Amino acid sequence: MRTIIQIKEVRGSFPAKVQEISGQNIYACYQCGKCSAGCPSISEMDILPSEIIRLVQLGQEEESLKSKTIWLCASCFTCETRCPKGVDLAKIMEALRVMVLRKNVDQVNPLEIPRSILGELPQIALVSGFRKFTS
Amino acid sequence: MKISYFPGCTLKTTAKNFEDSTLASLKVLGVDLVELPRWNCCGTVYSLATDDLMHHLAPVRDLIRVKEEGAKRVVTLCSMCYNTLKQANDLVKADPEKLEKINQFMYREEVKYDGSVQVSHLLEVLRDEVGWEALKKKVTRPLKGLRIAPYYGCLLLRPTGVALDDPEEPTLLEKVLEALGVEVVDYPYKTECCGSYHTITNVGLVIERTYTILTSASQHGAEAIAVSCPLCDFNLDSRQKEVEDKFSGFEKIPVFYFSQLLSLALGLDVETCRFDLSFVDPYALLQAKSVISEGRS
Amino acid sequence: MRRIGVFICHCGLNIAGVVDVEKLTDEMKTYPGVSYATNYIYMCSDPGQDMLKEVIKEKNLEGVVVAACSPTMHELTFRNTVAQAGLNPYLCEMANIREQCSWVHKDRGVATKKAALSTKTMVEKLKLNRPLSPLTLPLTKRALVIGGGIAGIQAALDIADSGYEVLLLERKQSIGGHMAQLSETFPTLDCPQCIETPKMVQASQHPKIKILAYSELEDVSGYVGNFKVKIKKKASFVDPDKCTGCGQCIEKCPVKVPSEFHALLGQRKAIYTLFPQAVPNKPVIDKENCLYLTKGKCGACAKICSLEAIDFDQKESFVEEDVGAIIIATGYDLMDKARIGEYGYGQYEDVIDGLQIERLLAPTGPTEGEVRRPSDGKIPKEVVFVQCVGSRDPEHHYPYCSKVCCMYTIKQAMLYKHAVPDGQAYVFYMDTRCDGKGYEEFLQRGIEEDGVLYLRGRVSRIFKDGDGLKVWGADTLTRRKIEISADMVVLATAMVPSEGAKELAGKLRLATDEYGFFSEAHPKLRPVESLTAGYFLAGAAQAPRDIPEAVAQASAAASKVVALFSKDNLYHEPIVASVDEEICRGCGQCVETCAYEAIELDPRTKIARVNEVICEGCGACSVACPSGAMQQRNFTRRQILEMVEVATGT
Repeated sequence: MRTIIQIKEVRGSFPAKVQEISGQNIYACYQCGKCSAGCPSISEMDILPSEIIRLVQLGQEEESLKSKTIWLCASCFTCETRCPKGVDLAKIMEALRVMVLRKNVDQVNPLEIPRSILGELPQIALVSGFRKFTS
Repeated sequence: MKISYFPGCTLKTTAKNFEDSTLASLKVLGVDLVELPRWNCCGTVYSLATDDLMHHLAPVRDLIRVKEEGAKRVVTLCSMCYNTLKQANDLVKADPEKLEKINQFMYREEVKYDGSVQVSHLLEVLRDEVGWEALKKKVTRPLKGLRIAPYYGCLLLRPTGVALDDPEEPTLLEKVLEALGVEVVDYPYKTECCGSYHTITNVGLVIERTYTILTSASQHGAEAIAVSCPLCDFNLDSRQKEVEDKFSGFEKIPVFYFSQLLSLALGLDVETCRFDLSFVDPYALLQAKSVISEGRS
Repeated sequence: MRRIGVFICHCGLNIAGVVDVEKLTDEMKTYPGVSYATNYIYMCSDPGQDMLKEVIKEKNLEGVVVAACSPTMHELTFRNTVAQAGLNPYLCEMANIREQCSWVHKDRGVATKKAALSTKTMVEKLKLNRPLSPLTLPLTKRALVIGGGIAGIQAALDIADSGYEVLLLERKQSIGGHMAQLSETFPTLDCPQCIETPKMVQASQHPKIKILAYSELEDVSGYVGNFKVKIKKKASFVDPDKCTGCGQCIEKCPVKVPSEFHALLGQRKAIYTLFPQAVPNKPVIDKENCLYLTKGKCGACAKICSLEAIDFDQKESFVEEDVGAIIIATGYDLMDKARIGEYGYGQYEDVIDGLQIERLLAPTGPTEGEVRRPSDGKIPKEVVFVQCVGSRDPEHHYPYCSKVCCMYTIKQAMLYKHAVPDGQAYVFYMDTRCDGKGYEEFLQRGIEEDGVLYLRGRVSRIFKDGDGLKVWGADTLTRRKIEISADMVVLATAMVPSEGAKELAGKLRLATDEYGFFSEAHPKLRPVESLTAGYFLAGAAQAPRDIPEAVAQASAAASKVVALFSKDNLYHEPIVASVDEEICRGCGQCVETCAYEAIELDPRTKIARVNEVICEGCGACSVACPSGAMQQRNFTRRQILEMVEVATGT
């Protein structure tokens, strides 16, 4: 598969938007992989956390926003604590999620949560889950 | 001493055991937590998008409530509330423009927020206001022989700036447990994420995390886990049902809030612990170690 | 002055492209005091300089202003040129109409006007200049090398071979430095003791080198060519003249403590030598652990020594030496792995660093070359090497790359595989930096022939798992999180300046960067000189580097010293402060203002006296002087005021 890279994407609105929403300098990431090495949610991810930033650096909007990875992130901040370049990957993941959610594409339907568990779940699970997966 | 207290929604329902045991224990230790009137849900988790102010209204409004009581400090028990309130507070302290916008939006509030409230967690109160020596002195029922693994979860220790303790080698929970006479078990997963909110949509992930964390603790000799967060408690305790279904040979292990252990060690009635809200039965272990004598009522 | 020549340089288009040089020339021709003005395309070229000399002679010029680039570029050039024409060099000034004019302005009119003001300003200054001669200083042709590692040894040898005396100062009891601790060196897999020992012995036998081992620098005063150094000789409690190095005392000593030479993996006695080939090879007693010195017991060494070489009453002593140049070769240390939380804060015995694995691999190491892990002595079969530990980490540790770790890691992995053929070595890396001669080939050999597995990704966490270690890293090339159950982990920790380097820099008042590496005068063109005259740099004290570079730099620093010593005298710029003794009333303001401590009040006459050779001509004292008695030569108050008037057009 050949990916064509040009100014349109690389210096386009997508990386700029991600930088704006996350407040992070995506170009500070030098792809060392330490974030991926420590991520607890990595088992089902299709794209590594560090790869997500790479895709943003290359201006690949569709692939990053379509990944399962951004929805598997648990916002545990382990990546943020350990990044040697001080890049807050958790914020970048949030920016990508938010870019999908703001198009009114929710990732969870509250009506589909089985009634049986609703009574057992602590409210914080529902509140935080809806916060992350819905707009 | 009196400190303003923000409970958060879960502490009144599924985590009532956390609240009851904490309030009762702190009374014995000379700390009176005064619940904030008209508090609202903090809207956990803290929104990480820089262009989003709506999601910060809820926590800032709670901080306004603190100011309305004339208090300078608020204590939380729930890790998620702590993290959300603290990050929101730090944000508005550092960015007066955002604070101004938030205040203007909530123009109906009588008090404007000015970034002056200090957000603390229960563990800080135990460390700073009570002190480990004073705590030890008040222990009447030392929990000898209990081997317990502390579990911190994420939000007390991360991100940098919010951390209550060293995120790689924290010691706060260990100090509490040691003061209670517990034999603390160290294991490598005490700061590794439990899966958090994925429990509503991706139970498989949580099951895997719970299994890994609990088996590591057991392998290192733990008989029980001590947690500090209601969501971690749910994932590590209630989800043991699903873990048992998926992994044959998995042995269930009781999960306590550290405040329940605090309650027991301070000689309080077992009722304050509200063990009826636990999933995995803790009585068997407690009886075996002669911490309590009566059976489940 | 009435016959000043003004030479305006085009500098190609650099100046002429913006400034109207013809108009400027015409304007200067009619300026009072100027008898000749011209412009030329490149004044600094040979024809330009020849022209300058001719005109000086033809027109009998009294002074010259060259309006061109910055004086930092060519002031020396033009001063030498005018001197060749018989004019005093200090009657030549430069007006900067490039960096401060044509390079920062676009408007031709504005730039030309400014250039005219600049040139006229310098003409006014020149009118009041006096002819000056450089000051000559005496020169002690003796060098001090601080640090007896490979760089220090090489520098000492080169200076001594050129015929000058060298003092080689080393705080440990033997020279050799960290190189002596290594197992084998890349890319040749030479035994470092075998290649270093000849140099060490050469140094000890050289008639011009005096090795001061187990000694430290106490104090330095003076300036280039004339340093007075005070050296502390630590008490070793062994009389080196009587001791023959037989080693019986070491055998009898009952005390065992962790050995620093073995990077704390092995033990030594309280009386000890560093390694078998140590130079000098006389033992010292560690007074913190010696039973006799701490508790008055034992004394076995004294009892067994038939030559009565043990002297428990020995005291530290001080010597003073005169030297003319000092080379800093204090070397490096490795960052303490106890600073890294995610790798265990140094509490896991089997997580070791670069120098520790060298000792395990070394034939004279604590395990005699058998690779046995520290915790239980088992031979590890799965060994993980982690690169970039603390380096390239601006957020938590050091932003720089430590340069040598990529190379020593593959070397250590290869040597491990040679020692344990049925073991496996894994290397977690970000890049493989192999820029030296034969380095890349060495790396490929390690990967292809010895089967070292390279995984591209950093390690997030290392923790204890049973009696082994779990390593969580990544392989970004196959998009995987990698988990390895390792028997032993080797961390390539960052290279930092040697312990005590910052304090030494403070004592010598030498500039360092924020990490404590000594600063060079210019990173590209003056890498072996420090900013302070008379001090030179060699080896890892200046920045992380490998052995060939350290040796090369040491020879370079030595050549600078030899160049310094090759002159009969030293010359110092005469543009220094000078006191009008009739006006000075001895208030002492200048003394307090001087950052170089170059001024003192004469105790008898109570008048300020400038030590012209230390004075750096900064001018601070002349500003501070309330009476105007202190002036700087060729930068007098009157000159400056005239220059200001012209420059501001008043």
